[in-house]
Amino acid sequence: MTRDEILGKVRGVLVEALAADEEEVTPQASLVRDLGAESIDFLDIVFKLEQAFGIKIGQGELFPEGVAQDPRYVQSGKVTAEGIAAMKARLPHVDFTAFEKDPQVSRVAEVFTVDTVVRFIEKKVSK
Amino acid sequence: MWIDRVVELVPRQRLVAVKNVSLAEEHLHDHFAPDRARGLAAVPVMPASLILEGMAQAAGILVGHAEGFKHKVILAKIGRAEIEHDAGPGMTLRYTAKIERIDDQGAATRGTIELLDHARPVTGYVTIGSVEMMFSHLDNNMGMAGGPEFPAHNFVFGDGFKTLLRMSGVAFPE
Repeated sequence: MTRDEILGKVRGVLVEALAADEEEVTPQASLVRDLGAESIDFLDIVFKLEQAFGIKIGQGELFPEGVAQDPRYVQSGKVTAEGIAAMKARLPHVDFTAFEKDPQVSRVAEVFTVDTVVRFIEKKVSK
Repeated sequence: MWIDRVVELVPRQRLVAVKNVSLAEEHLHDHFAPDRARGLAAVPVMPASLILEGMAQAAGILVGHAEGFKHKVILAKIGRAEIEHDAGPGMTLRYTAKIERIDDQGAATRGTIELLDHARPVTGYVTIGSVEMMFSHLDNNMGMAGGPEFPAHNFVFGDGFKTLLRMSGVAFPE
């Protein structure tokens, strides 16, 4: 499956899950900031991606989990270096470069772009 | 409660529930009340929002039952809902909810709504709508950035649900 084919299917999933316009769903669009995703939407997106691509996505595999609740990973509202390292290890498809400059835990969901999802699916279907 | 009885339950797969619409229900007198100024007679029909609540209760029980009612099952999202016909007094709504996917975090369900008009029994149940819903297992979805804390006890499945389940012959673990 080519990257464009994956993007096309991911776009279809996001249009349906987030009631977004197709032209809004660009590779750089942030799911939260640009497409208005809320927490439950992430679960919906995972379910719909599984159906669209015929894959199984484990809990915490695509989007992070347990970071905000772990005192080792969050101090004074910011994700610690240890927390960022843990997320990087768990989520190799995510680019944390911009987040690392101002790692406020309330903004962690913003690192997820359409491209993040495409990269994740690319790795998943190539296995 | 917005369903009267669970009539079929296949654990983790499907649940069928019925709701009899009655003129004894107060809200039907307001929905819609007569508008004498405009010469309009009353039109007592079940509000679509409450039909959706009926489906949410049916699907929510199915999702809750799947894990022995240990999770706080919260309706988190209605992905799509179509209702094409009014339900009035003397009619029966039948909700069929199916689990499409379930895991620790929640469940996706798909349901159909049928209507039986007792004045036209030959017609039988007619499909009048479909609904896609997402349910969250609340304690497992506190969000990536954390969220509010909720009481430890399962406040979702309260006395109303327990009575309904008991009267429908569905065991509720104490």
